[in-house]
Amino acid sequence: MRAAAREPSLRRLSPHAREPGCGSSWLRARGAAVMAALGFATGSGNWFSALALGVTLLKCLLIPTYHSTDFEVHRNWLAITHSLPISQWYYEATSEWTLDYPPFFAWFEYALSHVAKYFDQEMLNVHNLNYSSSRTLLFQRFSVIFTDVLFVYAVHECCKCVDGKKAGKELTEKPKFILSVLLLWNFGLLIVDHIHFQYNGFLFGLMLLSIARLFQKRHVEGALLFAVLLHFKHIYLYVAPAYGIYLLRSYCFTANKPDGSIRWNSFSFVRLTSLGLIVFLVSALSLGPFLALEIIMWCYPSPTVNPALMYVDPYKEFLNIYISKTLNNQHGLELKLLDPNKIPKASMTSGLVQQFQHTVLPSVTPLATLICTLMAILPSVFCLWFKPQGPRGFLRCLILCALSSFLFGWHVHEKAILLAVLPMSLLSVGKAGDASIFLILTTTGHYSLFPLLFTAPELPIKILLMLLFTIYSISSLKTLFRKEKPLFNWMETFYLLGLGPLEVFCEFVFPFTSWKLKYPFIPLLLTSVYCAVGITYAWFKLYVSVLTDPPVGKTKKQ
Amino acid sequence: MEKWHLMATVVLIGLTVRWTVSLNSYSGAGKPPMFGDYEAQRHWQEITFNLPVEQWAKFINPDWIALHSSRGYESQAHKLFMRTTVLIADLLIYIPAVVLYCCCLKEISTKKKIANALCILLYPGLILIDYGHFQYNSVSLGFALWGVLGVSCDWDLLGSLAFCLAINYKQMELYHSLPFFCFLLGKCFKKGLKGKGFVLLIKLACTVVACFILCWLPFFTEREQLLQVLRRLFPVDRGLFEWIYRKMDKVANIWCSFSIFLKIKDILPRHIQIVISFCFTFLSLLPACIKLTLQPSPKGFRFTLVSCALSFFLFSFQVHEKSILLVSLPVCLVLSEIPFMSTWFLLVSTFSMLPLLLKDELLMPSVVTTMAFFIACAVSFSIFEKTSEEELQLKSFSISVRKYLPCFTFLPRIIQYLFLISVISMVLLTLITVTLEPPQKLPDLFSVLVCFVSCLNFLFFLVYFNIIIMWDSKNGRNQKKIN
Repeated sequence: MRAAAREPSLRRLSPHAREPGCGSSWLRARGAAVMAALGFATGSGNWFSALALGVTLLKCLLIPTYHSTDFEVHRNWLAITHSLPISQWYYEATSEWTLDYPPFFAWFEYALSHVAKYFDQEMLNVHNLNYSSSRTLLFQRFSVIFTDVLFVYAVHECCKCVDGKKAGKELTEKPKFILSVLLLWNFGLLIVDHIHFQYNGFLFGLMLLSIARLFQKRHVEGALLFAVLLHFKHIYLYVAPAYGIYLLRSYCFTANKPDGSIRWNSFSFVRLTSLGLIVFLVSALSLGPFLALEIIMWCYPSPTVNPALMYVDPYKEFLNIYISKTLNNQHGLELKLLDPNKIPKASMTSGLVQQFQHTVLPSVTPLATLICTLMAILPSVFCLWFKPQGPRGFLRCLILCALSSFLFGWHVHEKAILLAVLPMSLLSVGKAGDASIFLILTTTGHYSLFPLLFTAPELPIKILLMLLFTIYSISSLKTLFRKEKPLFNWMETFYLLGLGPLEVFCEFVFPFTSWKLKYPFIPLLLTSVYCAVGITYAWFKLYVSVLTDPPVGKTKKQ
Repeated sequence: MEKWHLMATVVLIGLTVRWTVSLNSYSGAGKPPMFGDYEAQRHWQEITFNLPVEQWAKFINPDWIALHSSRGYESQAHKLFMRTTVLIADLLIYIPAVVLYCCCLKEISTKKKIANALCILLYPGLILIDYGHFQYNSVSLGFALWGVLGVSCDWDLLGSLAFCLAINYKQMELYHSLPFFCFLLGKCFKKGLKGKGFVLLIKLACTVVACFILCWLPFFTEREQLLQVLRRLFPVDRGLFEWIYRKMDKVANIWCSFSIFLKIKDILPRHIQIVISFCFTFLSLLPACIKLTLQPSPKGFRFTLVSCALSFFLFSFQVHEKSILLVSLPVCLVLSEIPFMSTWFLLVSTFSMLPLLLKDELLMPSVVTTMAFFIACAVSFSIFEKTSEEELQLKSFSISVRKYLPCFTFLPRIIQYLFLISVISMVLLTLITVTLEPPQKLPDLFSVLVCFVSCLNFLFFLVYFNIIIMWDSKNGRNQKKIN
């Protein structure tokens, strides 16, 4: 259809080519070719590249905005990986922002640092703490924008997985179009990556790509991508149960009984071995060099290494994520959902993870949160095993894992909500029920990110972008499912509308009241409590829909 | 409107882009003793504080407007305040006018209307000057747009009222005044000067006079004061081109470009310069104005606005490079009719302000917003597929030329090539200006080149728009015959 739309323009050009005596013909042919190429590059058919380019340009405009301490964190990591030998990477502690992401991320920073030296050599000095020049800023911002190419590609692949059966006539009403806007222009990702500063874009790209591969039945590739992702950032362990169970159930067992239950004799040992091999090889590639160095240092202690540090195991952190002292990578503001009293009173910018003693409620121990999280995850995982619903079922289980860990996990950062929001976008364009859950989850989840940006110049940006995304997502999904029952009941509508007055109170009214000095944490408290309600509600609703849905064997083909 | 949410999305995108651009530096940031437009506007607030208009500024921070001690006052909070005033003025005046204008467009689908609004709101020139360089152009242009809207929808009194406000806000709006005058006069003629037309004429005259008197009342107290205001508004003695006095500013108008070859300012005395520029301006805009008076139509009105403003910009006596915004506004209005040419013109107009934008350290936002605008236009109008004679509105012109020159069929092809050459030269010049140091002997070489290239483009556009205007009715008649 795209080709048909362009054809008339070429035909229009061609009559002139036949007229004699008006310039040489090759010139004309080339002119037509150039214009056609320009038309192809920017033509109306190529909406996806237009959307991607548009959001990239917006990201470029966000370069001069405020950036958090994460900017310094990543600069320090660039310096560490560039100027120190590998054996020192995880021991270097000149800055308080030690390298605490898995090795692949360290290698990523190492690769970046080799580009960075052409921008500004000074930023690669470990002792240059809090160094920031305009070239450093440009380099760091552009590195995020460029690595987002992977995210764009992943979104492109995800769009292929959406069935276009319900496609309306108009482009803007097609599920693919809506999905790509929801993912590419995601508010949370924009402000966390391109204002607050982090490299979530390409990491989520890896995750979406592995999900897309699972949808496309390329399981091995999907598993490989996820294994790689885990060695980039260990927060994705939250959703690992969904991957493990799904691959075991739907890939290692090749057939089902007619009623959808498992056929034990269809177990393929080869497949399980290949999966195990992938995980092992990726881990060996990632951790191997460091383990080897560890062993060498153990045997031949060198005087350059501080012996006190020798006994700190840097891998304990990301190998034992659910147990304790984990998630030290979660710099920034700590907001414990469901536990408002954990809110720090004046540590908005301090950044380091702090331990809080609850004053009113009893303190929650890491073990308790671990048990709660496991309890919350278990039903969804059981559901995935006993009631397989294909890739969509896997996606629901993944979202439930992410949400459960977000709600009950230990030291969860509010940015972790993106782990549920982005995969949920994929579901939202498929079914009206999912769309309604998605909208509640996204709107409240995104609103809970507001305290990340607390400086005055960014206030209009966050409000405008939030409005942009929310208005678009609500109205486009409403148009997509206009033939079905309304997406929200009166209670949900009321709740979502309540975010408006809440924002007005927190940002515009509260600073002028006398409570500002006495209770400076009230806006944060209100925001987190209000958002916790919405997120818990969305989690509950999604759980109910997962548990009550009929098995896929009866409704859809697997 | 059934697609209000898409329109809301478009407006929000426009606002977001505006605010992100405003985070960049402004004209004369931290550059004493001259500073720039930012300081000028702050200084005006300082002065006008004596009048009750800006009294509310006192409540926020009295330091900002203390009469003499605040010279060159700059702070993060004050920048934020100034930027917010621009955004609010824009939100109240310009953006509603654009949205309403696009909704009132006839004969195009809702989707196209929204796309049109997106392109107009993303026009980089206005965003960069208002939010980067710092000015309140969106107020005057917004009022002018309300005027165009009113006059085109037959609310003549409201339209002329809005336009009077625009003129009284910024005297540069006089660029648009002739088409307004001719169009309204033509309307009166059309209704018959003895009956309804005369009544309308009287009503219009009363509105205009009343509006002017109200705006000028505070300055009427003394004759000397009135003259002082006028002298400030029209500083004839500032010279043929302002850059004689300003070191770097180059204007892409005909005199400035011509002076590369011949230094007019040295050869001719001042009053002759004035006469020459007046004659050129008058002659170049006369045909379009006569045509509009005789055959008033909203479409002709829009095109005449473009050509008149362009004539003023190219030939008139005292021009600032930012005055190109006055041409760009009417070009934005014809974006849906001739998308290819309008996009091209708007790109050139942004490019012509390059030296100014570079001086304000706005390279990054300029490049980004220009690309965004180009992509928006290319995608929403698929401009590269609309280069046939008919879509360039040159059908009747080439038919009449073909009577004498039968092989005159290569016009669209030529225009395509010109477009490619123009875009390539603009990109190359931008790259050169940004990366290379100018030679020691000619420190202004690149900015003069930028002005020269843009001036050539503008001359071409002047011819093109005049052709469209002059051959317009024939086209209409032909269509009627066909129907």
